[in-house]
Amino acid sequence: MSAPEPAPERQPETPFAAPWEAQVFALTVKLHERGVFTWSEWTQVLGAELHAMPDRPYYESWLAALEKIAQGHAVMSEPERLARIAAWDRAAKATPHGQPILLENGAGAGGPSFDFSPV
Amino acid sequence: MAHDHHDHDHPHNSELSPIELRVRALESILVEKGYVDPAAVEAIIQTYETEIGPHRGARVVAKAWSDPAFAAWLKEDASAAIASLGYTGRQGEHMVALFNTPDLHNMVVCTLCSCYPWPVLGLPPVWYKSPPYRARAVKEPRAVLAEFGVALPDGKEVRVWDSTAEMRYLVIPERPAGTEGWSEEQLAAIISRDSMIGTAVVTVSA
Repeated sequence: MSAPEPAPERQPETPFAAPWEAQVFALTVKLHERGVFTWSEWTQVLGAELHAMPDRPYYESWLAALEKIAQGHAVMSEPERLARIAAWDRAAKATPHGQPILLENGAGAGGPSFDFSPV
Repeated sequence: MAHDHHDHDHPHNSELSPIELRVRALESILVEKGYVDPAAVEAIIQTYETEIGPHRGARVVAKAWSDPAFAAWLKEDASAAIASLGYTGRQGEHMVALFNTPDLHNMVVCTLCSCYPWPVLGLPPVWYKSPPYRARAVKEPRAVLAEFGVALPDGKEVRVWDSTAEMRYLVIPERPAGTEGWSEEQLAAIISRDSMIGTAVVTVSA
């Protein structure tokens, strides 16, 4: 086959460029299958994210859309999300390089972990 | 991006990027609340990384080229004809097969986001999701095709189909001359992913 020259960029033949891309993709599929949102709703939210920041990497827009749709359906709240991000950050920094990062390691240690949920 | 409090940071400790932190946060909340099962998430990734891909669409096209009854069925009810080969599932519920002819070239885009017939083509390539392709495919399809190395005769109509959450398209390219008597397997081997999106034509390499 006369090698086609794709216009924008020559892509690798793997669907995901990094494990986290695969992760957010699969989470989206599962949440949809759970009936949390319809696929046409998903395409609207994703389309809006892609449109708002056309230069952002595709799966970053996908992640932003997934966060938005999960919050829109009260699957999680923004304070909950931010607290969890902070907990994972602490967990990573408390974990020697090369060892699996476990959320538990970011929770305790006297540090504020889930003190972040004003309801 | 910084509220750096690297107070007693050890150089040998781990660091997750802001994106990875967001993904882990989201996933751990979803798992904790019972929305997703980690094993099921892993299974989906496996499936889309290894099992589902354009080789499936190529089999559909090869069969359509070889079996007039199957081609007719595909034209009538693409979802059912494709399902008969075992290719069902997410984002392939409402399939339409677009047959290229000497007078007509079909090309598929999703102007909104990246809708794509997963069960037959897998996940879309990077260029399909890119803003330039999404914007230009409708406005100047011939220029886009030229960039893909596809030069169509002036008289040939180009029809661009905009995918949606409800409707997914598979282009059935024209069968090239010189493939008479080929088996479906031989045919499938020359059918590229791009030819089933409509940004390539199928040729027999000399």
